[in-house]
Amino acid sequence: MSVKKEDFKLLSETRFAPKAIERGYAMRTMHVDVGTAKATEKPVSEDMKKRFTGGKGFGLKLLWDAVKPTTKWNDPENEIVIGMGPICGNTNYPGSGKSLVVSISPLTGIPIDSNVGGYFGPYFKFGGWDALELQGKAAKDVVLFFDSNEGTVQIFEAPAGLGVDTHVLAEELTVAFAANEAERQNVSVVSAGSAAEHSFIGLLNFSLWDKRRGGVRVKQAGRGGIGTVLRDKRIKALVVRYKGVVQDSNKAADPALVQRTGLKLHREIIKNDDKQCKMRRQGTAHLMEVMNDYDLLPTNNHKYGRHEKGNELASWVWEKYFTQGLPDGCWFGCTMACAHAVDGFELKTGPYKGHKVCVDGPEYETAAGCGSNLGVFDPEGVLEINFYCDTYGVDTISFGTITSFLMECQELGVLNRERTDGIDLSWGNWKGACEVLHSMSRGERFGSLAGKGVKFLSEYFAKEYGADPALMKDIALHGKGLEQSEYISKESLAQQGGYYMTNKGPQHDEAWLIFMDMVNNRIPTFENKAEALHYFPMFRTWFGLQGLCKLPWNDVEPADNAKHPEPNKVPEHVQNYCDMYTAITGEKLDPPGLIRQSERVYNFQRAFNVRMGKGRREDDWPPYRAMGPVLEDEYLAREERYDKQMKEKIGVDPAGKSVAERMRITREYRTKQYESLLDAVFRRRGWTMDGCPRPEHLKDIGMDLPEVLEVVNARIAGRA
Amino acid sequence: MIKYLKTDDSKCVGCMTCASVCSRLYFKQDNPARSAIQVLDRGNNEFHLIACDQECRKCVAECPVQAIRVTAAGVVMIDKKLCVGCLACVAVCPIGAMRYYPGDSTTFKCVACGACAKECPKQALEIVKKEEGAAS
Repeated sequence: MSVKKEDFKLLSETRFAPKAIERGYAMRTMHVDVGTAKATEKPVSEDMKKRFTGGKGFGLKLLWDAVKPTTKWNDPENEIVIGMGPICGNTNYPGSGKSLVVSISPLTGIPIDSNVGGYFGPYFKFGGWDALELQGKAAKDVVLFFDSNEGTVQIFEAPAGLGVDTHVLAEELTVAFAANEAERQNVSVVSAGSAAEHSFIGLLNFSLWDKRRGGVRVKQAGRGGIGTVLRDKRIKALVVRYKGVVQDSNKAADPALVQRTGLKLHREIIKNDDKQCKMRRQGTAHLMEVMNDYDLLPTNNHKYGRHEKGNELASWVWEKYFTQGLPDGCWFGCTMACAHAVDGFELKTGPYKGHKVCVDGPEYETAAGCGSNLGVFDPEGVLEINFYCDTYGVDTISFGTITSFLMECQELGVLNRERTDGIDLSWGNWKGACEVLHSMSRGERFGSLAGKGVKFLSEYFAKEYGADPALMKDIALHGKGLEQSEYISKESLAQQGGYYMTNKGPQHDEAWLIFMDMVNNRIPTFENKAEALHYFPMFRTWFGLQGLCKLPWNDVEPADNAKHPEPNKVPEHVQNYCDMYTAITGEKLDPPGLIRQSERVYNFQRAFNVRMGKGRREDDWPPYRAMGPVLEDEYLAREERYDKQMKEKIGVDPAGKSVAERMRITREYRTKQYESLLDAVFRRRGWTMDGCPRPEHLKDIGMDLPEVLEVVNARIAGRA
Repeated sequence: MIKYLKTDDSKCVGCMTCASVCSRLYFKQDNPARSAIQVLDRGNNEFHLIACDQECRKCVAECPVQAIRVTAAGVVMIDKKLCVGCLACVAVCPIGAMRYYPGDSTTFKCVACGACAKECPKQALEIVKKEEGAAS
């Protein structure tokens, strides 16, 4: 249906005094209670800026203040906080349009953070805000409209008949709230979808109006179920309007340095990308064949790392599907432009069957998680799953890892048609995967069950269907309740740490060390690995404090990068980031200072986990599928590697030993290795051996806030 | 048809009249850094003139806000009201004809107005027309 702004019943309107951004900050945040339909502003103190920097730092600080240790994801006091960061919204440095969203996750019960593109964050920021808090629960579905030019916030009751699924809803709202057709690019929508309402894996779609395509595109804050929280609050969508983005919307201290630094990277991308990662043509999907070649492509629930049909999902296949020749940035000025799309894709299943749609992606995680990991090698099957995940508002990573778990459970005889409500979950059956999605969208039994995540399912199948609890635990790929993203970690100890010694759960955005560790053997000792598991998570946390994307850091490199002693850090780009921070905020920053900014927020987040009753050593433990071979055929698929390792590293001769015996020896060894790594990493991070930040470390890094010290002291004293 | 500024390096003597005319016309100051026509001194009294050929249109394709368009006369123009100053157009320009001045919010380029050609004492510049797709 076509809706007009007049169709929306106004519940409340708040007008704020205008406030210009100065040197990247507005020095205030907005709080909206959707339960009472009230919007208020909170000042940002110099102390808050110094300790939390911005973006995710501000988000976590506001979330901490909003919740109690007992708060559950669906309690009204839980919040969704969208933080932007001082560098967010500049148009010169590629990858500067990100927002960081935090909330207490329905999957993990601890803070989740998710990094997302699209225009919402910058447009909201330029209304004079550093972050947006959404709290409370509305009685009926509401739409929040932020007019960043007028300084108003309007809360509307959603009119009957307004779309639910994002590809319908975001377009309807963009059209309704844009001043006119020519100004649709000035509107951005945040929405979820029908499956977000019936699962714990709901996501937020952040839209951008693609002028050339004449339609809405979406980027996802995918991880951890924030879309589920949005719908639980009965927020149908957030809409922002802002006209007037210019080169210096951040009122930088040194706009010319912003330009110079940005232009340097633009030129590097234009020159090198075709020879390096081909992000401009293929996006992250360029990784598919690389992962398959290195035995790292998740296949059949991460059982294997390679498939003979792997190349049927290779980058060159996707390149043919992607509509080429369009600048596919998710924010203005991103010449990396990796947000590719498939236009005119005709759907073959579900309520939109026969419709020709624009599919955003697939990106690598989706192609791997909803492709090879499900044994699906039909690109059109992957596109169908990708589209429905997006429009129904669920995370393709969690959905992929859940569905691969379900398929393996069918293979193992734990599931049958009766238990799946008739859905065939054989490997490779992408239509079965879509049926799970449609069932989730309709709120039916099996889809809703699947949507609770693999942690829940593994326990449920053991309890209800008599499955072996130990096996269920081994093959349910999650950490802290969050599904693992799509790289095979079992042959890289450092990557096991990179995934499972994370604050929010196993997502690759903290550390991706597989090549450094497994392929190039640059970090052989526990201390080397621990150093990497300190440096990279801290470094990468920084993107989220600033409103930046990680990809332009190392998905393009200066031509001479390899000559540096630490090429994995991409030192020239690290300096670019320091320069950008200084250019915008006017404050000096060097690489150690950058790490220190992150350490404060990283340790605060860990302490937040502790406060919520988690953040223990046991919470950083992976399922065994992420560490080694669970099943005999899995061992046999890499028998040569495992036997060699047994002989050379464990010092045991595998000759004459049964597969079961060799698996036991391997498992024992790998388990001990992981224990040793935990010790080394906790030591390096300044934590106790139970994974709690030490008070003296918090003091060293400037995060010894009384409320944080109270939490860690209680844990260390055994009181919490 | 495409209207563009045709340059002839062999006639240029590096007097900078063109740069002066251009920057005074569009920026009200005599400053070669703000001229859309650039004169590169190659030494030995050899000079290279740089101005947009109006033909490759890589900037048009790259602009994220469609602020760069081709006019009916075949000239590539920047709509400064739409420009977000990202400098992607500067990076993709293969000949360095798309320019920006440090701290200014938008980019600038030759729009084939012909003011410089009229003043060039050596007739090194002229406004001509060419067919779409023809070699410049």
